[in-house]
Amino acid sequence: MYFVNTLQYRAAAVSGMCTQFFFGLVMIMVYVVFYREHPEAYPTGLQAIVSYVWLQQGFLQMYLVIEMEQFDAIVDGTVAYELCRPLDLYGMWFAKSLAGRMSRALMRCVPLLLASSLLPEPYGLRAPPTLQAGVLTLVSMGLGLLVAVAIGMVLYGAGFYTLSPLGIRTLALSCLNFFGGGVIPLPFFPEGVRQAVEFLPFASMQNTPFLVYGGELTGGGLVWALSLQVFWAAALIALGRLLLRRGMRKLVIQGG
Amino acid sequence: MRLYFQFVKMQFNSDAIHRLSFFFRCLGQFLMSFTEFLGIFFLLNRFGDIGGFTAQQVLLCFGLAYFSLSAAECVFSGFANFPKYISDGSFDRMMVRPRGLLFQVLGCRMDFTRLSKLLQAAVILACGVLGGGISWTLARACTFILMLLGGTLIFSGLFIIYAALCFFTLQGLEIMNVLTYGGREMMQYPIGVYGKGFLLVFTFLVPFACVQYYPLLTLLRPGCPWWWALLPLAGLLFFGSCLLLWRFGVRHYKSTGS
Repeated sequence: MYFVNTLQYRAAAVSGMCTQFFFGLVMIMVYVVFYREHPEAYPTGLQAIVSYVWLQQGFLQMYLVIEMEQFDAIVDGTVAYELCRPLDLYGMWFAKSLAGRMSRALMRCVPLLLASSLLPEPYGLRAPPTLQAGVLTLVSMGLGLLVAVAIGMVLYGAGFYTLSPLGIRTLALSCLNFFGGGVIPLPFFPEGVRQAVEFLPFASMQNTPFLVYGGELTGGGLVWALSLQVFWAAALIALGRLLLRRGMRKLVIQGG
Repeated sequence: MRLYFQFVKMQFNSDAIHRLSFFFRCLGQFLMSFTEFLGIFFLLNRFGDIGGFTAQQVLLCFGLAYFSLSAAECVFSGFANFPKYISDGSFDRMMVRPRGLLFQVLGCRMDFTRLSKLLQAAVILACGVLGGGISWTLARACTFILMLLGGTLIFSGLFIIYAALCFFTLQGLEIMNVLTYGGREMMQYPIGVYGKGFLLVFTFLVPFACVQYYPLLTLLRPGCPWWWALLPLAGLLFFGSCLLLWRFGVRHYKSTGS
């Protein structure tokens, strides 16, 4: 149902895709020039970064967003209706956010990734180096999606306490974008900073799967990154549940 | 003009009432562009230079891009909200008032939260100006100011195009984001870095390169044609053609009905 719902906004999706494509192209051109001029300072292979940027643009709506809908529900009181339903609020919002992200991302990623794979070397998206990397990317993307939704849920939970969730949302979006690798891929962070940032939950969203795709994460590092994803997903879901339950107890619905 | 300042004062007062929310929005805007800055800083720190431009000189471009867009957003956000005025009939009301239409749309909304971005861009620009290795003369300073004005005019012109197209489509065309935000993204580096094709498109179609790449070269490299320093005036030309499109749009406008 939700999938069909979001499919309606086709015009917005098309223009969004064009913008994403242009952004991706501009970013990649810069990274290619950097690679040509200073290959020795490059943290990874060039193809891995190109794939990283394209996947990020394709799946932008999956990871680097925080939906407004639930915040609105808290502020305008729609949450009261939700509470009347015989369903667990956390579970329902979680499923809603998951479905929304998947449908928006799936609709946009197919044309965008197709178009980007048609670009000439070295600008285009290419298949992952091994089949194993491809399969593990899918696994890791799923885990990353759980982490992303769980982060969103924690913020909704925090929204009950402030009643001015818009401020929180903008600040959180900046953090998400920067520490998630949306501004520049995490491997470009300076040594020392990078190691610290990689431990944060934000790195477990899109950074891990996209590095796996480029074949940059293998062996022990891969196992560590995947377990970190599982850990953050579990921890954040637990935290979100707690916040939501607590918030519910002090929730006052103001008037009819 | 006095009326315009009246509008400005009114807008500012209405923002000042919700002080906390205003502060948060400013902080949000600030952080957004600050993370972008950190990103480019990390990259430049790692690689040192790009396409023969030093880190400081790239920061000059970055500052220019953010300065022009935020200045345009601050003053012209009435045009960014324009689809709303068309669909709720506010624009029809403006048409019966005895004042210029452009003027009224301008006065409708000013986004002061962008000032936080503007301030940050100014600081970055200052770093670029001081550390970019430019030997400043009066003529060069004039070129630099022309670059800032030209950039602001181009982004403002894009907002006007966005609004003018609404006369025909009756709703906002988000595709314009490619040019505004995409343009800002691209202007973070000297446009020559992207190669000949890009340079041509953004010289003649939307003259971003005229306010950034060519005049920057006259500041940095001796032996460029002198008239490259005057190319930012293309921004004025662009702005003028945007105004023509707006006029054309107004004449074509049939209300959305009540």
